[in-house]
Amino acid sequence: MAFKSFDEINQKIKEKKAVVVTADEIKRIVEEKGSKQAAREVDVVTTATFGPMCSTGAFLSFGHSDPPIKMSKVWLNDVPAYAGLAAVDAFIGATELSETRGFEYGGAHVIEDLVAGKKVKLRATSYGTDCYPLREINTYITKDSINQAFMFNPRNCYQNYSAATNSSDRTLYTYMGTLLPLFGNVNYSTTGELSPLLNDPLYRTIGVGTRIFLGGAQGYVAWQGTQHNPSQVRGENSVPVGPAGTLALIGDLKEMDTRFIRAAVFEKYGVTMFVGAGIPIPILDEDMARFVAVRNKDIHTNVYDYSVPSRSRPVLARVSYEELRSGTVSLNGRKVPTAPLSSLKVAREIAIALRDQISRGEFLLQQPVMPLPLDTRQKVLDVVADGEVSSK
Amino acid sequence: MRKVKALLTFPPTDIGKPITYHLVKDFDLWINILHAEIAATKTGKLVLDIEGEEDNVDRAIQFLEQEKVSFQLIDGSATWLEDKCVHCGACTSVCPSGALAMDKHDWSLVFNKEKCYVCQLCVKACPLKAMSVSI
Repeated sequence: MAFKSFDEINQKIKEKKAVVVTADEIKRIVEEKGSKQAAREVDVVTTATFGPMCSTGAFLSFGHSDPPIKMSKVWLNDVPAYAGLAAVDAFIGATELSETRGFEYGGAHVIEDLVAGKKVKLRATSYGTDCYPLREINTYITKDSINQAFMFNPRNCYQNYSAATNSSDRTLYTYMGTLLPLFGNVNYSTTGELSPLLNDPLYRTIGVGTRIFLGGAQGYVAWQGTQHNPSQVRGENSVPVGPAGTLALIGDLKEMDTRFIRAAVFEKYGVTMFVGAGIPIPILDEDMARFVAVRNKDIHTNVYDYSVPSRSRPVLARVSYEELRSGTVSLNGRKVPTAPLSSLKVAREIAIALRDQISRGEFLLQQPVMPLPLDTRQKVLDVVADGEVSSK
Repeated sequence: MRKVKALLTFPPTDIGKPITYHLVKDFDLWINILHAEIAATKTGKLVLDIEGEEDNVDRAIQFLEQEKVSFQLIDGSATWLEDKCVHCGACTSVCPSGALAMDKHDWSLVFNKEKCYVCQLCVKACPLKAMSVSI
């Protein structure tokens, strides 16, 4: 039976009486007082992550020029944006590369420049119509000169992720960072026991409509994220062992802060974006207190060999985040150095910032309007001939 | 006695020359190979700690010049542009010297310049371009 409802917790937040702690802090509280007492005392636990998330981007609406143009191709600082939308709307994706600067600058840099208030060069072309006669425009915009600029990230906040290593004799440059030859290192990418979906493994409180901290602004969970895979193998604590749930996030780019949203370049892989996301978890009952008490030693993932150029890479080891965080893991009887790709330091800053916003009554919890699915499976893309698949 | 850190580069055609052997045998130098990139078709790179009598070091440098081996003194270490750094830690597992490591208390990056080999692996590994090397 529930101790508290969202409404009761929100009432406490409004009265500035809510007890709010970070996911780092709750571990010790549950350890000392037990989950039952912790659930009675604590109202909200804040979780956070700040890691490279390629499936990130923003919708921009530029406003109409005179004469007006139906933009069919759009470039922002020479980075192509998708404009197959209404006349002056476009989507800039984080991983899109500049046509003039290549790997050095991409969509993520455009987004960071906009957040920073810098001017961005807009070029658009069109075939011209009776209602939109202009065929080309070259101008400059800022986040304040355009109508809307909202981030929409199809996939963020991966619930766990695989660790990567390299058995080959050459250095690999991947989205999991630089992987040295002959099992030279192991890289991993999650904030572990601070990460949002690892603290709510069965999505009891995080769902469509959940209000979140996104890049320094308030945002929302818009939908299940792409590749959402709740059917991943789970441990006894319900925590998945490997990539599982994901979230699609939305938030106002104009209100963001470059401390929490940063462009990045992975050598010989491309451009991506560090996205800061913080999610509050209401401690509705003792079960939720147990979930948020999860420790790195109880969260496991598989180490994969990224030198195998296949969808099905061999699993080399199963390791806990406590081992990964220790700085070395044992692989084939040898100690191999490990490195995180997501910043625990900045994630902690986000968890603390969100905790303080809620404590001050500035951030209310939003009960999900729809739960995330718990039974879907991730599909693969097979190459088939026309006759091998039939339309409905 | 003099101790220097240096980057030696030489054309792919010269990778068969036993350069370090000559430095040790002919000039009585203590050589510590900090980083090496040697492949049949590529420009060879060696980062060395070289220690020995002042005269011997100078004569060794002349020898390298005669052998068409480019010799560049490395002053100090890689540079950490802390303003750009987000403290992710991606550089730490590629750093062979332990100069780059995470503070296990607050998970910020710690750069110990003294340990740096200037191998430059961190420059490519850093997604924020916060590590640079100028030789």
